[in-house]
Amino acid sequence: MTHHHQFDAVIVGAGGAGLMAALQAARLTNVAVISKMYPTRSHTGTAQGGIAAPLGNMEEDHWEWYMYDTVKGGDYLVDQDAAEILARESVEAIYELEHMGLPFDRTQEGRIEQRRFGGHTREYGKGPVMRSCKSADRTGHMILQTLYQNCIKHNVRFFDEFFVADVLVHEGVARGVVAVEIATGELHLFHAKAVLLASGGFGRMFAVTSNAHSLTGEPVAALYRRGLPLEDMEFFQFHPTGIYKMGILLSEAARGEGGVLLNGRGERFLENYAPTLMDLAPRDMLSRFIYQEVAAGRGVDGKDYVHLDIRPETINRYGSAPGGRTVTAAELEEKLPDIIEMMRVYMGVEPMREPVPIQPTAHYAMGGIPTDNDGRVLAGPTRTVSGLYAAGECACVSVHGANRLGTNSLVDLVVFGRRGGKALGEFCRRADYAPLPPRAEAEAQGALDELRASRGGERVATLRSELQRVMMDKVGVFRKAAGMREALSAVRGLKERYTQIGLDDRGAAFNTDLLEAFELGALLDLAEVTAASALQRTESRGAHYRDDFPERDDTHWLKHTFAYRSEGGDVRPTRGEVRFETKPVVVTRFEPKPRTY
Amino acid sequence: MAKVTLKIKRFDPQREPASWWSEHALEAEPTERVLDLLNRVKWEQDGTLSFRRSCGHGICGSDSMRIDGANRLACKTLVSELGSTITIEPLLGMRVQRDLIVDLEPFFAAYRTVKPYFISDAPPPPDGRERLQTPAQRLRFDDTTKCILCACCTASCPSFWASSEYIGPASIVQAHRFIFDSRDEGAGERLQVAGETMGVWRCHTAFNCTLACPRGINITQAIGEVKRALATGRVE
Ligand SMILES: Cc1cc2nc3c(=O)[nH]c(=O)nc-3n(C[C@H](O)[C@H](O)[C@H](O)COP(=O)(O)OP(=O)(O)OC[C@H]3O[C@@H](n4cnc5c(N)ncnc54)[C@H](O)[C@@H]3O)c2cc1C
Ligand code: FES
Repeated sequence: MTHHHQFDAVIVGAGGAGLMAALQAARLTNVAVISKMYPTRSHTGTAQGGIAAPLGNMEEDHWEWYMYDTVKGGDYLVDQDAAEILARESVEAIYELEHMGLPFDRTQEGRIEQRRFGGHTREYGKGPVMRSCKSADRTGHMILQTLYQNCIKHNVRFFDEFFVADVLVHEGVARGVVAVEIATGELHLFHAKAVLLASGGFGRMFAVTSNAHSLTGEPVAALYRRGLPLEDMEFFQFHPTGIYKMGILLSEAARGEGGVLLNGRGERFLENYAPTLMDLAPRDMLSRFIYQEVAAGRGVDGKDYVHLDIRPETINRYGSAPGGRTVTAAELEEKLPDIIEMMRVYMGVEPMREPVPIQPTAHYAMGGIPTDNDGRVLAGPTRTVSGLYAAGECACVSVHGANRLGTNSLVDLVVFGRRGGKALGEFCRRADYAPLPPRAEAEAQGALDELRASRGGERVATLRSELQRVMMDKVGVFRKAAGMREALSAVRGLKERYTQIGLDDRGAAFNTDLLEAFELGALLDLAEVTAASALQRTESRGAHYRDDFPERDDTHWLKHTFAYRSEGGDVRPTRGEVRFETKPVVVTRFEPKPRTY
Repeated sequence: MAKVTLKIKRFDPQREPASWWSEHALEAEPTERVLDLLNRVKWEQDGTLSFRRSCGHGICGSDSMRIDGANRLACKTLVSELGSTITIEPLLGMRVQRDLIVDLEPFFAAYRTVKPYFISDAPPPPDGRERLQTPAQRLRFDDTTKCILCACCTASCPSFWASSEYIGPASIVQAHRFIFDSRDEGAGERLQVAGETMGVWRCHTAFNCTLACPRGINITQAIGEVKRALATGRVE
């Protein structure tokens, strides 16, 4: 049986972006938030280092400097109108969070304390600036908690542990979503005037990642399957400092407080690559530099990793703490409690006495669902979909361009979550319900029933780990045509095998076997688009680096990729090729220049 | 690599009314986490095994369960800390829905009773900037801001086992986070809830909660501070 609901606005996802949008929209209209996990489990809670805003609490800072850093950090693929909004509105967004009760760290004067972060500079690149607001190294946790608390305060309606399998978009108009109630396995049809997607990233397509098991992107895949474009999917950020082999993130905050990267000979190798910003150069570059050191035989013990060193004596020897200050172990423990604990628990390393093995880890999707500056989803380079919105990591505004700066995702969530939520609420006040097509849930029901009954010989876990391996190896930090072609055909082979899977669990309640299978289907589609988008972009820019096209090519490629499926359209994984269009980049203040740090 | 046996308490009312135990032999690295082992069982041996998980590194609070008799996060418990037989059960005192999954609705309902959100009628500063708070004022409630609502504490508390109406340590931790925040004005309302029959006085300082907390929060102390505020009528 299917349960029917009607809400003016339905928000999919209860991370920072979804909750921020919900708080805004709830002032204007009636809202339901649907999330496949309890809201406080969302991945926003794992964000460690901070959220940027040029408050100038520690030293002089300006939104223009911040905008410049964002544009340059994104290797000029950033839409500059959006970056200007981000940089200007970040300030009031931070104050809004503080007014909602967020416990930021404080200066002696009682103001919000700020620290340095990769790629954030004063005076257009002259040196690092203290711009990142934070709560120790659990900033995302505090943001998620604070937003959720405020949703409780304002009686926002939640559907927790509801898994969205389909987004209903017909004839260019959004009409609702179809979700599985995980506890019962029953289907729920949500009829809405408007839908906002805030489902986060999909880094689980890679073998080594900082992303949660749950970051698999079903709502993003649903739109693609329905014929809508995905933007700039070739740009996936690898964060330089993941725990070796596990991928668990060790925030840039560690380097912001003075930590340094050392090669196998104990040398601070970034002196040779990024003499001005060194360990605080942007992530795309640092990830490449680490692998270049490894390739040159200067990894640790001849292996494929280097060291992150946060021992006070190392920091003091290099004078790498902010302002060249002397630091103590106690101070570091206070500023980085969680990541120091992670080093101890997961690596058994004592970071105050020894350096920590790290390697790049798949971290952040710059690409995703294309939107305008108010969260409206684009159906093509110049058209929007009526009643459909997206915000947060699943969306591509694009403020991150080809490479996101640290702290800028959290800013994106609050600034564009807020704008999207407002636009969503206003739309619902004007608009009527577009009718649902008959048996709107039938397709999702069919696909889920088919999976639940499947008895083929392929296992979901096997296909998933093959996918993760090939994406990591061939569509990772360094790419070239042959490898990407291999990856693409491997992904298509996995899609074939996906039709032959067999599940163990035929039950209804908490059938996580079934949900993992559905999630794998989404990852396969998104991986295919990622590999195909990367293959067609014959240049290197930001996180997309090609050995066979090592230079940025502004003449041909200063533009966004829009990827579409080529045939049909239902709720199952796609077949056939990926089709492309492009959209020009908005350039307002900063003409593209070579990117050095 | 070492040989380990996982003994998992199972329950699936759709299949059979009583719970049972399943056993799984695995080769495991000492650095593997219990969550890794559960995933391997699910992925390689028995896809029907059900549990919650997400972040995989101890911050989302999804995979709280009883591991060798103690409430822990599976993703933060390493094989090297355990023996060759690892016993895994769902949290105690909560209704089991399936395998390691318990009904968290009552837990979140109790959480909501303490008004876990910032309360202040005072307008923000006229310049629109942040409210001021000294580092010392901020530090006063730092410990209780770490809570991830995993329920390890509440499900370890003998008073909660005795009466599931007790709001439990996690709710009191959340109340503490606001009561001792210099910017917040809702202490009176919250202390009233905390002072009711199902509130803080149910706590008999068994310390189980503090031992169970995967975030290292000194819960017993926080509860003590709330009790003191109730007894003295002063928040200090
Ligand atoms: C370890 C780590 C550290 C980070 N540190 C920082 C930092 O310091 N600064 C910074 O700016 N950024 C940081 N980031 C990035 C940032 O945290 C994320 O990009 C951001 O939090 C994403 O937020 P979101 O709201 O878009 O999605 P999420 O918080 O991931 O939430 C996604 C939501 O969608 C729901 N959902 C997904 N699929 C479905 C479905 N099918 N049905 C129903 N619901 C669904 C989930 O339940 C969840 O509620 C970090 C990321 C990681 C992994
Ligand atoms: S999976 Fe998030 S706390 Fe263990």
